[in-house]
Amino acid sequence: MSFFFRSAPTTTASASASASASPSAPVADGVRPLVEVEDLQVRFVSREATVHAVNGVSFSLMPGEVLCIIGESGSGKSVTMRALMRLLPAHKTRMSGRMRVGDKDVLALSPSELTAMRGALVSMIFQEPMTALDPVYTIGEQIAETVMRHTGCSRAAALRRGLELLEFVKVPSAERRLKAYPHELSGGLRQRAMIAMALSCNPSLLLADEPTTALDATVQIQVLILMRKLQKELGMSVIFVTHDLGVAAQIADKVAVMYAGRIVEMGSVKEVLSNPQHPYTRGMLASTVHGQDRDRDIEAIPGSPPDMRRLAPGCSFAPRCAHATEECLASAPPEIRMGPARAVRCFRAGQFGAPSASLAIA
Amino acid sequence: MTDITFGAANPAKVDTAPPVKVRGYWQSVAYRLRYDYVTLVFGFIILAIVLAALLSPWIAPMDPQKTSMVYRLKPIGFKQFTLGTDELGRDILSRLLWGGRTSLLMGVVPVGLAVLIGGTLGVIAGFIGGKINMLIMRTMDIFYAFPSILLAVAISGAMGGGMANGMLALTLVFIPPLCRIAETATTQVRGLDFVEAARASGAGTASIIVHHILGNVLAPVFVYASGLVSVSILIASGLSFLGLGVEPPTPDWGLMLSTLRQAIYVNPWVCALPGAAIFITSLSFNMVSDGLRQAMDVKM
Repeated sequence: MSFFFRSAPTTTASASASASASPSAPVADGVRPLVEVEDLQVRFVSREATVHAVNGVSFSLMPGEVLCIIGESGSGKSVTMRALMRLLPAHKTRMSGRMRVGDKDVLALSPSELTAMRGALVSMIFQEPMTALDPVYTIGEQIAETVMRHTGCSRAAALRRGLELLEFVKVPSAERRLKAYPHELSGGLRQRAMIAMALSCNPSLLLADEPTTALDATVQIQVLILMRKLQKELGMSVIFVTHDLGVAAQIADKVAVMYAGRIVEMGSVKEVLSNPQHPYTRGMLASTVHGQDRDRDIEAIPGSPPDMRRLAPGCSFAPRCAHATEECLASAPPEIRMGPARAVRCFRAGQFGAPSASLAIA
Repeated sequence: MTDITFGAANPAKVDTAPPVKVRGYWQSVAYRLRYDYVTLVFGFIILAIVLAALLSPWIAPMDPQKTSMVYRLKPIGFKQFTLGTDELGRDILSRLLWGGRTSLLMGVVPVGLAVLIGGTLGVIAGFIGGKINMLIMRTMDIFYAFPSILLAVAISGAMGGGMANGMLALTLVFIPPLCRIAETATTQVRGLDFVEAARASGAGTASIIVHHILGNVLAPVFVYASGLVSVSILIASGLSFLGLGVEPPTPDWGLMLSTLRQAIYVNPWVCALPGAAIFITSLSFNMVSDGLRQAMDVKM
């Protein structure tokens, strides 16, 4: 690694914790979380309807930790991430709550402070590497653009930095790829180039919006391994959005399961995937393919997600839940804490045993 | 399992492979054009016409305005008149060469101005959207309600003849279509991920417009504009023909066509010459525009 890269903070307990095998190791006192989100609410207001996309999400993330947000389409996971960077269109988005990244209060930032934060303190990789790169510029020009914007260095220096980044994300023949246009690269290489772009200004926090969904399975695992490796080397925090439980098991330290704009279950990846306590998480795990018998059907969760324009007062999952009672329909369950970093939003949390078939965790 | 390294991901290993030539954008456009013989031929014709027009003071055999009562309406190849003479005994070849200047100017200037004005309006409408878009695009729709030639005739008729007014009228005619092309392209590009990615990497609105919107909008606007040059030459000729554009005795292809019309039964071949010049020029611009569209399409 060159002098350009900030070395991993070895002094913080969390960084060493994430690097070790047990991600749920308790965090030493005195280390402040890098990200704190409290009671975040996002609503999209239009003349016809108000969409309640995010309804009171709270979480915190230590430096060097990887949080995976899992949920189906429309559960509010991408909206939460874009809210963290204030990328949502201002004129029709209403946000409330508190968001802090580093020492910045995200909701109070001025437009110029926002552009200074984006790309430098927080950066983002997108799902579709084909459309997330501008087709009329070379990979090198696109990386150099970001570098020049934040450091004000010369074009030549920015291009050198681009080359270094491409080598860092293991793009073969990096020099040649620097001069290539996006359409000349394969999907996996494009995604690596996206990652290089996102890392160009040493962000403390990387937001990844399903970065492996558009890739095929073999490339997917390569990119995941690369991301985990880079994250450890740079000591960076990552929020990784996915709907793939296998991906979450690979990369995450912590997992947050979202449903209808709320985090319904949160905890270390091991706890959540081996001992899920929310019926939704349990249903999701049961509906994945793992070592079950060949002729057994996969258990799907009945019903469909709620209409985010008209949310019922009770638990949003209740209409689909086999364990729902009158209580669930009447009021939304509070966050029930089950350990230092574990919380479940279900009245019956703690009453479920470990499921017979849980996802094997590497 | 996070420690697995892939052979293909090891840069040191692959870099020993022979380097593959990488072409830049303009290089690959040039490469594709090199094998497009039709576009090349018409490109050379345009080049020849432009050169002939530019060099007309030196290469024209005679004074284009010198009249002669003796040599009126002489056929092609009569004595020193290579392409014959018009109804006032002026040398057709010299007039065609000089007339190319006015015709090309009337073709390029209005389109260039319209690209600037219409393109800017279109990008603004597409990028901001909402009420601004509504205001700009509906105004353009009003202009669309008139056929382009009728609009040009109406505007220059209202403002009076002359070359400057003709150019202004043509500019106004070409702003709406160019504005619409720019608006459509901008609206498409604005919604793509790379604009959000640029925003997420800290780009401001100005930087996004200059880098990402213009970079993607210029190509379609440019291709469409190159096709409009021939239309502009045609309409300009039409205006001159109607006595609204260039005023006599300035040599202009449209004007020549108009005045020679009365001599069509006396000397049809000579009368056809300015028309042929207009035809070849506009055909060439159209063909080159087509070739450019194919060569400049990056997303293949």
